[in-house]
Amino acid sequence: MTTPTSRERILARIRAAVADAPEAPEDVRGYRTRHAPDDPDAVLDLLHENLADYRAHVHRAGPAELPELVARLLDERGARSVVVPPGLPEEWLAASAAERVADGPGLGPAELDAVDAVVTGCALAVAETGTIVLDGGPGQGRRALTLVPDLHVCVVRAPEQVVASVPEALPRLDPRRPLTWISGPSATSDIELDRVEGVHGPRTLEVVLLRG
Amino acid sequence: MSGTFLGMPSFPRAAREAVRDERLRRNLRHATHTIRDKRARAVAELDDWAELREAGKRIKDRTLRHLDTYLLELEERVTAAGGTVHWAEDAAEANRIVTGLVRATGEREVVKVKSMATQEIELNEALEEAGIRAYETDLAELIVQLGEDRPSHILVPAIHRNRTEIRDIFRAEMGRWGRPAPDGLTDEPAELAEAARLHLREKFLRARVGISGANFMVAETGTLVVVESEGNGRMCLTLPETLISVVGIEKVVPTWRDLEVFLQTLPRSSTAERMNPYTSTWTGTADGDGPDAFHLVLLDNGRTRALADETGRQALRCIRCSACLNVCPVYERAGGHAYGSVYPGPIGAVLTPQLRGTTSEIDASLPYASSLCGACYEVCPVAIDIPEVLVRLREEVAGRGGKGHRLEKAAMKAAGWVLDHPGALAAGERIAGAAGRLLPERLPGPGARQWTDHRDLPDLPAEPFRDWWRKNRP
Ligand code: SF4
Repeated sequence: MTTPTSRERILARIRAAVADAPEAPEDVRGYRTRHAPDDPDAVLDLLHENLADYRAHVHRAGPAELPELVARLLDERGARSVVVPPGLPEEWLAASAAERVADGPGLGPAELDAVDAVVTGCALAVAETGTIVLDGGPGQGRRALTLVPDLHVCVVRAPEQVVASVPEALPRLDPRRPLTWISGPSATSDIELDRVEGVHGPRTLEVVLLRG
Repeated sequence: MSGTFLGMPSFPRAAREAVRDERLRRNLRHATHTIRDKRARAVAELDDWAELREAGKRIKDRTLRHLDTYLLELEERVTAAGGTVHWAEDAAEANRIVTGLVRATGEREVVKVKSMATQEIELNEALEEAGIRAYETDLAELIVQLGEDRPSHILVPAIHRNRTEIRDIFRAEMGRWGRPAPDGLTDEPAELAEAARLHLREKFLRARVGISGANFMVAETGTLVVVESEGNGRMCLTLPETLISVVGIEKVVPTWRDLEVFLQTLPRSSTAERMNPYTSTWTGTADGDGPDAFHLVLLDNGRTRALADETGRQALRCIRCSACLNVCPVYERAGGHAYGSVYPGPIGAVLTPQLRGTTSEIDASLPYASSLCGACYEVCPVAIDIPEVLVRLREEVAGRGGKGHRLEKAAMKAAGWVLDHPGALAAGERIAGAAGRLLPERLPGPGARQWTDHRDLPDLPAEPFRDWWRKNRP
C-alpha cells in the first residue's frame, strides 16, 4: 500500500469535515444585472464620468478626428516613441510623428521601459465602474505592452464595446485569455491614505471614446 | 502559522501597549474612520447591496460544502491550460514546494505581490533560509519590509506608519537593497510613491520569478484573479518567466459568472472604490504573453480544521476585504499587531484560533478581543456572523477548565485597557442587541456551565457593554 499523498489527505479531510453538513441552499441571484438605464447615450456618459472620477483623461472623437487626437495626446505628454500592438488600425497613428516600435521577440522588459507610450484598443468597457478591459486581442497586444510604458492611450469603440455593468461584462469575455481590467491609472493610498496616482503601471491613462 | 509571531504576548498585553502608544492610535483612528466613511458611500451607490451580499454568502457556502469537487475541477482546468498544481497540507510543505520550484529555476531572488497566504506561511523567511531573497513590491509591504516590521492591517499593512516615518525608512534602508532613495526626498506622499517606483522598477525588469496569491480561483475555467491598485501585481504576474501562486483552498468559486458578485462587493468593501485600478485574470499559461511556467500551490494549513466546525466554517467565506477591521472599536484602539497574527481585527480573532487552534496563550485570548458589538457582521460582504463565531470559540476556551479559565480571566482583565475608555465604544452600545441575540440559546452544554458556574459573566448584557464592563471587570 502506498502512503496517501498530501492531495489525498487534504481531500479526505475536506470530505470528513463536511460529511454531516446540511446541503447548501441554492444560489440566489436577486441582485440587478445592471444599475444604469437602458439608454446607450446615458451609459456612455456614465462611463465618461466614472473614468474621469478615477483620474483617467477622457476624450470623445469621431473616426475622422481620431488620428489628430491621438497625435496630440502623445505630443502633449512628450511621447517620442510608441509601441504598436499587432492589429492596431493603421489610421489611428497616421497623424503622429512618434517613432513606432513594433512588438517582437527583441522587445524585452528593459527595451519596453525605454518606450514612452502605447496606443491600444480594448475588448470592452464597463460604464458603472469606469473600467476598460483588455484581452490581448487585435490592437491590444500582450499584457506587458500596456504595463511598462508610462503613457497608455486606449480607444473604446462606442457603443458596441460599452456595457453597463460587471454582470453584463463577464459573459462577453473569454476567461481563457489573460485579461486586464483597468479602472484609472495605478494608484496607492498606502501613505496615510492619501491617494497618489501613478505607482507602477502607466502613470497617465488617456481614454478616447470613439463613436462610429 | 508560526515563527514571526511566536513569543508574541497575548492579545491583552499587546493591546495594552498599543493603547498607550499615542501616535499609533492617532494613525489608526484617522485611517479606519476615513476608509469606513468612504466604504459606506461606495456601498450606498448600489441599491441591491443586500442581494449581492446574500448571493456572495450562498456561493461561498455552496463552494465550501462541496470543496473537494471544486478543487478537483480547478486542478483539472489549470492543468489542461498548462499550469502545474501542488497540494500543501501545512506551511512547512508549502514552503518546501515553493523553495524547490524557485531553486529549480536557478534564481536567487523573486518579486512578490502582497499575499496573505504567503505571509501566513512565512514564505519570505523560508526562502531567506534557502538563500533566496524575496522582494515585496506592494508599497505598504515595502515599507514594512524595509522597516523590518510586521504588517498591521490586511489592506493597508503600514497603516501604523505616518509619512515622516516612511521617509526616514526609505532614506535609511533603500540603498541596502537596491536603488537608494532620491536625494532630498521629502515626506510628500507623491514623492514617496515615486521613490518606490524607481526602487522597484529595476527589480521588476530583471525578475525571472514572481510569487503571488489570488483573490479568487474559478473552478469551471481554471482562472485565477488578482485584484490590486498599484500595478506591482501586474508586474509580478506578467514580466517573470515563472509564476508561483500560493492560494488557500477556500479561495475557489465554482463559476466564471460568480465573479460578477465578488467583483462588485470586494472593491467597494475594501478600498471603497467602484472598481480597483487593476484586476488581472489568467488561466494557466498563454503563448507569448506572460510567464511560460505557472505553478499553483493549494494550501490547507488549518483550513480543513476550520471547515469541520459547524459554526466556525463560515469564517472561510472571508474575501479579505478588511471592512470589519475598519469598523471595529477594539481594532481601532489596539492596532493590528496586538492580534499576533497576519489576520488582524475581527476576522483574525475568529480565523487565527481556528487555523492554529486555541492552545497558545495568544490564540486563546483572541476570541476575547471583541466587544461583540456586531459592527463587523453588518459590514461583512459575505455576511460572516463574527460575534457568533467568537462566542463559540470562547466556549471552547472556557470549556477547557483550569487553563481555559485562566486564559480567559487574563484576557478579560487586560481587555480593560482597551475597552475602558469612554467614547471608544460608541458602536459597543449595540451589544445589548447582539449578545442578547447570541448568548442565551447558544451556550448549551459544558461550555455554558463553565461560564455560569465559575464566572461573573453569565447572562452578559441586557445593558450597554461599557456599563456592564465598568461593573464587572476583574
Ligand atoms: S470577515 Fe467579512 S468584512 Fe472581514 S475581511 Fe472577511 S469578508 Fe471582509
